[in-house]
Amino acid sequence: MKVNITIDGIKLKVDDSLTVLEAALENNVYIPNLCHHKDLIPSGSCRLCLVEINNRKVQVIACKIKVEEGMTVITDNPEINFIRQMTLELLHVNHTQDCTNCMKNTNCQLQEVTSYIGTNETRIEQMRKNRPLIPVDTSNPFFNLDHNKCILCGICIRTCNEIQGVDALQYGYSGFDTLVCTFLNKPIKESVCESCGECVVRCPVGALIPKNMQRPSRTVKTICPYCGVGCGINLGVRGEKIVSIEGDYESPVNKGRLCVKGRFGYEWINHDERLKTPLIKKAGKFVESGWDEALELIAKNFSKYKSHEFATFSSARCTNEENYVIQKFTRAVMGSNHIDHCARLCHAPSVAGLAQSIGSGAMTNSIKEISDAASIFAIGSNTTESHPIIGLKVKEAKWNGAKIIVANPRKIDLCKFADIWLQHKTGTDVALLMGICRVIVDKNLIDESFIEKRSENFDAFKRSLKEFGLDYVEKITGVPAKQIEAAAEIYASNSPASILYAMGITQHTHGTDNVLAISNLALLTGNIGKLSSGVNPLRGQNNVQGACDMGALPVVYPGYQKVADPKAKQKFEKAWNCKLSDTPGLTLTEIVNSAYNKKIKALYLIGENSLLSEPDANHVRKSLQKLDFFVAQDIFLSETARLADVVLPAASFAEKDGTFTNTERRVQRIRKAINPVGNSQPDWWITCQIAKKMNRKGFDFKNSEEIFNEVALLTPSYKGISYKRIEKEGLQWPVNDEKHKGTPVLHKDVFPTASSKAKFFPLKYRPPAELPDKQYPLILTTERSLYHYHTGTMTRRVDGLNQLNERELVEINPVDAKTIGVNDGDKVCVTSRRGNVDAVAKITNKSPAGTVAMSFHFFESPTNVLTNPALDPVAKIPELKVCAVMIEKG
Amino acid sequence: MEKELNKILSSFQGKSNELIPALQQIQEELGYLPGDAMLYAAEFLNVPESTVFGVASFYAQFRFTPVGKNMIMVCKGTACHVKGAEKVLDEISRQVGIEDGETSADMQYTLESVACIGCCALAPCITINSEVHGRLNAKSIEKIFKRKKAEEKTNE
Ligand code: SF4
Ligand code: SF4
Ligand code: SF4
Ligand code: FES
Ligand code: FES
Repeated sequence: MKVNITIDGIKLKVDDSLTVLEAALENNVYIPNLCHHKDLIPSGSCRLCLVEINNRKVQVIACKIKVEEGMTVITDNPEINFIRQMTLELLHVNHTQDCTNCMKNTNCQLQEVTSYIGTNETRIEQMRKNRPLIPVDTSNPFFNLDHNKCILCGICIRTCNEIQGVDALQYGYSGFDTLVCTFLNKPIKESVCESCGECVVRCPVGALIPKNMQRPSRTVKTICPYCGVGCGINLGVRGEKIVSIEGDYESPVNKGRLCVKGRFGYEWINHDERLKTPLIKKAGKFVESGWDEALELIAKNFSKYKSHEFATFSSARCTNEENYVIQKFTRAVMGSNHIDHCARLCHAPSVAGLAQSIGSGAMTNSIKEISDAASIFAIGSNTTESHPIIGLKVKEAKWNGAKIIVANPRKIDLCKFADIWLQHKTGTDVALLMGICRVIVDKNLIDESFIEKRSENFDAFKRSLKEFGLDYVEKITGVPAKQIEAAAEIYASNSPASILYAMGITQHTHGTDNVLAISNLALLTGNIGKLSSGVNPLRGQNNVQGACDMGALPVVYPGYQKVADPKAKQKFEKAWNCKLSDTPGLTLTEIVNSAYNKKIKALYLIGENSLLSEPDANHVRKSLQKLDFFVAQDIFLSETARLADVVLPAASFAEKDGTFTNTERRVQRIRKAINPVGNSQPDWWITCQIAKKMNRKGFDFKNSEEIFNEVALLTPSYKGISYKRIEKEGLQWPVNDEKHKGTPVLHKDVFPTASSKAKFFPLKYRPPAELPDKQYPLILTTERSLYHYHTGTMTRRVDGLNQLNERELVEINPVDAKTIGVNDGDKVCVTSRRGNVDAVAKITNKSPAGTVAMSFHFFESPTNVLTNPALDPVAKIPELKVCAVMIEKG
Repeated sequence: MEKELNKILSSFQGKSNELIPALQQIQEELGYLPGDAMLYAAEFLNVPESTVFGVASFYAQFRFTPVGKNMIMVCKGTACHVKGAEKVLDEISRQVGIEDGETSADMQYTLESVACIGCCALAPCITINSEVHGRLNAKSIEKIFKRKKAEEKTNE
């Protein structure tokens, strides 16, 4: 509602949700302030925003008072300024007078208020205490904290509490000694701080300040290249270099917030080791070559192979346009459907499972809806670490009163925010979820009308629940029956309820069953197809959703049109003007095996580092070595690219135009900020050149927009999207035509299945393929670190991220550590049936007894040498989350 | 440690408003607030660890280092100050070999200056554990500590 107020005689109509300070600032009336920030709850601590209200001669603080109808406000008079000046002088007494050497100079709010209010230097000098300077805390690799400049406004403390939910900082000590403190006033790096930098961007003075602060000469709006959240960023460019990143406040995804990788992880873009020219292996050594030579060599060789001997690994790091071109090349030029990408290792079960049950394998809801859910069930997702900005949304939901259920074998950070933490044994998800379903059915908490109107196969499913009595479930999962009951009740009786899940669900030999169990649970309570209510697989890579959408999969063309469907085949044959194969291709893991058996002879690998990302890495290495002809295209010479015959230098995300589709199906523009480094080229350009060298038509694209227009023509869900429409803000598919506004919530009225109904699936519990035994007594599960991304090709080349997490740590429970006889920080050797890896032990209660955890970011400790390549029979995803290992002191 | 803390906090319910009494209880039992104990309290009371430290460091009553067997408090209140508290502190410091705020390596003594302890008539005065010593001068101080040290010897 709007109200009428008068500020300094100016009549204004303002929203009644505003404070007096906000109303003034919004209307370009300056009121001095230091502790106010638009993202934070007002604290009223600096006491500079004094005003007089309704002609009463008392001064009140404007940031704490809401506007009211008829209010009159006076923002300045001699009394007000006198008090402000006193307060301000006290701040100066404790502030180093060193503006010219301060990086915040000319951009500092203390300077701003001082120039407005004015101070009396003599008075300040009289009051000044000669306390010794406090040493600057330089421990964090990305920013410093200089207490001598801190004005104790509390903005950093409130940011870390209200926005980040980390609470690394608090006021410590008292009186004149008051400081912004971490626990025990230790250096920031040793605290729980996650280095997100949110406090740094909000500090009004030069107290919290980035270490390497170069002002950019221009900024370019684009999308973070790391995870599937797809945060909006502004790249700061100076000359040909990226010198800063800031969060994009206009982005509907992150509203300006970023995690540590997104904000600080850009050093790799201009890194010396970037590939700058094509490399051809001659007599076992790479020799630099020109583009023409390399492309001709590739064209000549690729032409030699029959379609079933050729395979492509596309990349979820690349743009939609590039994935489209790459799959078009594989299918139209090479006649092969052997194309796949790393989605096989992450959400293949979601694509396969959810397609059967609810018709589509994508998130049913938007990221921003998460904070409005009444309950959230996060299973197999270490949300705060793997999808940090979505993690913030879960915390926000909690603060809004939502009930949070976390199911995870490990004591992840999110457990702190959970109402119930179900610590089930690794790989027992089906039993746990079916147990919860059983409780919901037994207690009759089901949504009968939804089940009747919108689903099928309920009775068969209900029968299969018989097996999952709580005694049985408790025995398998290790979770007390009482907790299972409580979780079921919370989920079923707090609607809208949203399920979030990730690799902990999918990377199993029963990954598809896990996914089906999740959709069963959502259907049972009708928690799908509504705002804040649905099934949400959190996608991993920046563009893994897009790579799937573009048909970089062996069984589908763009838009999930099946290669085996004659109609789809005909459509694409006509569009691409060629004959296509209707035999579904091999999956990533199968391609590796076929290379081993010499059935696949030539491989075109783009932006994948299979030696670190796939299970049983030794086997992958042997397989790739058996290839006749192997082309790798990447931004760095990855461990895998070293095995190639030809290596092609690709441009990074900062050097090209295109689109990424994030985990909530939002198609967003990325923009070229600098020229490709050296002689590198965008991936789409490279693939098109190879096609042209092979004399194929249909690859004459002048820019990425032309490619996108072809995508929109052939992909129904992208039909209504154009670069023009997503210039400012991305759209969420399906976008059915040029007028359609996109689809934040899927399945509102019908499910995109044959019957238009969702389907229940009866399930049985199957244990993981490899369980601990005498020789290999521990379960190894894999996880991710907040500070690194995937195989570390990018983040390991960012000095500061390395400092925050420098090596592989095997997280071991104290009980197991005792049995093995290792201490925190000891070198250990981890061995499975497939190989062994050296790493360093970290003793922690995060891991339950009997289970250890490792990431796979470090080439020195290639965890995937250990993991089990056993596959889920439907989705062909390997069981990366469970294998049996033993640990010895190294 | 964990078992001990569990016992110390057994009478608390785990609510955030119990923070100050819980810290007092810990200090009562352990003599000071070790870092691990504060972390334990943080988790038990569901309060951020930074808040636990913030609150604990705000109040002068809490200490973060262990105290010696003998807690020496030297009064620096007005009366004692006028009567030479500074000299008293220096002398004690010489006797036990530690500065204000420190604890001796053998964990026998902790030396701390404090505000008025309410025995102004006896100024300058100190307390050692619960005994008050007043009207001090260099000689009497030397005597006190000689006796203390002798006691220690016999105790051994
Ligand atoms: S460090 Fe900056 S944001 Fe934090 S209290 Fe000090 S001045 Fe405010
Ligand atoms: S960088 Fe982030 S986590 Fe660290 S103190 Fe600042 S807001 Fe908190
Ligand atoms: S949450 Fe993901 S997309 Fe957002 S800044 Fe972090 S890595 Fe980038
Ligand atoms: S801005 Fe209102 S008190 Fe600081
Ligand atoms: S001033 Fe020392 S006891 Fe009062």
